[in-house]
Amino acid sequence: MIEAEDIHYSYPNKVEALKGVSITIKDGEFVAIMGQNGAGKSTFIKHFNGLLKPTQGRVKVDGVDTTKTSVASLARNVGFVFQNPDHQLFSETVEEEISFALKNFCFDKKIIEDRVTWALELLSINQYRKTSPFLLSGGERKRVALASVLAWDPQTLILDEPTIGQDHEQKEKLRQFIMQMKAQKKTIVIVTHDVEFVAECNPRVILMKDGKIIADGIGTAILTDPVMLELSSIVLPQIAEVFTKLGALGLPKNIIDIYEAKALLLKVRERLNK
Amino acid sequence: MSVFDGLKFRKVTSPVHNLDPRMKFIYVIVIFVSAILFSSIIPLMVLFVMQLPFVFVAKVQKQWVRSLRGAAFLALFIFIINIVTSYFGNNFTLLASNIEAAIALTLRFVVLIESFSVFFLTTSPDHLGLALEQSRVPYEFAFAFTTAVRFVPVLAEEAQTIMDAQKARGLELEKGNLLKRIRNYIPVLIPLIVSAIRRSLELAEAMESRAWGASKKRTNLFSLKLHKGDYALLALSIGVLVGAIYISFFVSIPTITSLF
Amino acid sequence: MALIDIKNLTYTYPGASKPSVYDVTIKIEKGEFVLITGPSGCGKTTLCRCFNGLIPHFYQGEIKGEVTVAGINTFERHTYEMAKHVGLVFQNPENQLFALSVEKDVAFGLENNAVDREEMRKKVDWALNQTGIYEIRERSPHEISGGQQQRVAIASVLAMEPEIIVLDEPTSFLDPLSAQKIFDVIYRLNKEQGITVILVEHRLDLTAKYTDHLILMDQGTIRLEGDPREILNKEETRLIGVGIPKATLLYQLLKKEGFQLGGKIPLSSDELAEQLLEALEHR
Repeated sequence: MIEAEDIHYSYPNKVEALKGVSITIKDGEFVAIMGQNGAGKSTFIKHFNGLLKPTQGRVKVDGVDTTKTSVASLARNVGFVFQNPDHQLFSETVEEEISFALKNFCFDKKIIEDRVTWALELLSINQYRKTSPFLLSGGERKRVALASVLAWDPQTLILDEPTIGQDHEQKEKLRQFIMQMKAQKKTIVIVTHDVEFVAECNPRVILMKDGKIIADGIGTAILTDPVMLELSSIVLPQIAEVFTKLGALGLPKNIIDIYEAKALLLKVRERLNK
Repeated sequence: MSVFDGLKFRKVTSPVHNLDPRMKFIYVIVIFVSAILFSSIIPLMVLFVMQLPFVFVAKVQKQWVRSLRGAAFLALFIFIINIVTSYFGNNFTLLASNIEAAIALTLRFVVLIESFSVFFLTTSPDHLGLALEQSRVPYEFAFAFTTAVRFVPVLAEEAQTIMDAQKARGLELEKGNLLKRIRNYIPVLIPLIVSAIRRSLELAEAMESRAWGASKKRTNLFSLKLHKGDYALLALSIGVLVGAIYISFFVSIPTITSLF
Repeated sequence: MALIDIKNLTYTYPGASKPSVYDVTIKIEKGEFVLITGPSGCGKTTLCRCFNGLIPHFYQGEIKGEVTVAGINTFERHTYEMAKHVGLVFQNPENQLFALSVEKDVAFGLENNAVDREEMRKKVDWALNQTGIYEIRERSPHEISGGQQQRVAIASVLAMEPEIIVLDEPTSFLDPLSAQKIFDVIYRLNKEQGITVILVEHRLDLTAKYTDHLILMDQGTIRLEGDPREILNKEETRLIGVGIPKATLLYQLLKKEGFQLGGKIPLSSDELAEQLLEALEHR
C-alpha cells in the first residue's frame, strides 16, 4: 500500500516538480500514470521507493514513512524498472545481472540460484543465461532488466515507460505479463504515454499536469474525456474517437474496448432492423 | 548536480558578454603576464581592482565571489607555505617584510584566478566556440569543445539516472570501507561508459548524414566582428602591458612596510 | 526512372552471421509518402541507412545489389554528397543535435557545404519556419522539449533542401500530441513542398492514414507492399505481428458479423465513423 499525503518536491535548482499530490494505491491495484513530459510523473514515482523524499508532505509505503528508512530497504518491497535498460545493465552475463539485486539483499546462495532460474523462465530468456546482456536486442535487454527486478519478487512493481520502442507483439507480451502479475495480487504502477496500450489494459488512470493530479479514475471514464486528455498532451484512443463521432446515434461515449464496441454496434443494428 | 549547474549554457547579454572573446582572452593574458611581473602588494592590488568594473558591468558578482571562495583554500595554503618557509629560512624569525611578501604572492594567485574566472563567467560557450572556429584552431577542436559543453549536462543527468536505477536494485553506494566503496561505483560506471559510446556512434551517424566533411573550407552562420568596445579593450590591454613592463623595470615600487 | 530504385539488395553488418536485409527490391516515386513497418529487428533501420549511403560507407560490411537514389549510385558516392538529396532523421532526438543553439544546429549541414552566409541565413530561417520553431531558434537544445528537439532535427536536414526525407521512428520518445504535431509537419512538407517522405513507424494507428504506399518488412525481407488498405486488411499482416489500427480492426470484426459497411477499408477513426453513420442512419 502506498500513501502520499499532499507531497511537494523541489529539485536542488529550486524547480518545484510536485505541487501537492495525494494518492492512495492499495495492494493489488493496477495504476497507469499519464501526462506530458515534465508534468512530474517521474518525480512522483521516485517517491514510492524513497529515491526522492518529499520536501513537504509524507509518503508511506506499507505504513512506513519513506524519510525514516533507506532506499535499499524500501526497494525490497517496491521494484522499480527504469525506462532504458542500458541504464542498469553492467554484468558479464544475464545470470549475473539478475543475481545482482539478490546479492545486495543478502539472499542465500541456493535461493539466489532458484530465483534467477525462476525469473529467466518467467520472461522466457532462459536461453541467454550465459550470454552478455550487451549482445542482446533492445527488446531482450528490456526483458533482462525486468527480470532483474522481478527476481526478488517485490509486492509492488513500478514500470517507467515500458512500451517505448516496443513493437506490437512485445507490447502484447508485456500486457499479458502485467495481467498475470495482477492476478497474483501484485500492485502495478506504470508511467506511459501509450494511450492504446492503456486502453487495452483498462487500469485506474491518473493524469498529471504541472506537478498536480488533474484526474483520477477508471480508464473508461478518463480515457474518453477529450478535455482532460488534451490538457495532458494525450489523444483519445481510436475506439473512443470513433464513438465521439457517432454522437448523432445517441450511443454512449465512454467506450475504449474494441469488443465492447462491436457488441454495442451490433445491438444498434438489430434495434434498427426491427 | 550543482557542480554541473555552473557549466550549463545560458544566454546572458551585457556589454562585457558582448565583447569579442578573442579580445577578452588577450586582456586576460595581459593581466596574467603583469601579475607575474610584480611581486609587491601595491601593483597587484591595482591589477585586482582593475577587473572589478568588468564583474559589475557583467552582473556576475555572485558567481565571481563563489569562484574566489573556491580558490580560498589554495590561497590560504600558498600564504602558509610562504610564511613557514621564510620563518625557517630566516633562522626562526619572522619580519614584517616576510609577511608582506607572503601576502603579495597570495594576491598574485588571486589575481590570476580572478582574471580567468571573469573571462569564463562572461563568455558564453557558443561565443567561445565561434572564436575557436574563427581562430586558426582546426574546426575539429572547436567542434569537440562545443559538443562537450552541450553534453555535460546530459551526461550528468544520465549518471544520476543510472545511480537511481542501481539504488533501486539495492545498491548502497556509501556502504563498506574505502575499497568497497570504490567497487560500489562499478555498476554505475559501466552503464555510463557503454551509453556514452553508443551515444557517440549515434552522433557520428547524424553528423555523417548532415554532410560532415563535405568541403574543406566550412562557412559559418555567424561571424565575430570587432566593434568599438573590442578595439578599446585591445588598446587597454596594450596600455596595461606596456605600463606594467615599464613600471616593473624602471620604477622602484615602495613596499607597504617601507612606507612606515 | 524512379527516385529511389533498390535492386536485390542484401546486406550483412560486419561480424554478423546472417544478413539484416535480404534480397530487397523497392521502387519509390517522387512525391510519395511511404510508410515502412514491421516487427523489431525486421531490417527497417538498416534499410534507412542504405538510402543515404551510411551503409556501406559508415558501417562497412558486406553488400550486394544496387541502390540508386536521385540517379546516384550510393555505393560510389560519399554520404556527404548524398546529404543534399536525402535527409535522415533518427529515433533519439537528443543524439542528433550537437550545437549550442537551435539555429546553429539547423545551419550545420549548410556550413559543411560552405554555403555563404546570407544564403545560409535565408535557408535556415525557411527551415525553422517550415517546422514551426522559429521562435525558439536561440535556445539551447537542452532546454527544449523532446517534440521540439525532434522538429529541430527535421529542420536541420530540411535546410539542405533534400528531395527525400527519411524518418526512423521519429516519435517513439514523444507523447501522442507532440507525435501528432511531428506527423502534421511531415505531411505538410510532403504535400506543399513535394518532398518525398519515407517514414518508419510501429504506430500505424497514428500514421496509416497519411500513406498510399505501405511496405511491410519481416526478417530482413519485404513481405507485403502496396495499398495500405489492402495490406492492413490481410490476415497475413496480423500474423506477422503488426499493430493494425483499431478502426481497421473494428471494421473487420463488424464485417465478419455481416454488418453492411462500405467497401473502403478505414484507416482512421474518421473514416470508420463516416461509414458507420452512413450504415446506421440511412435506415
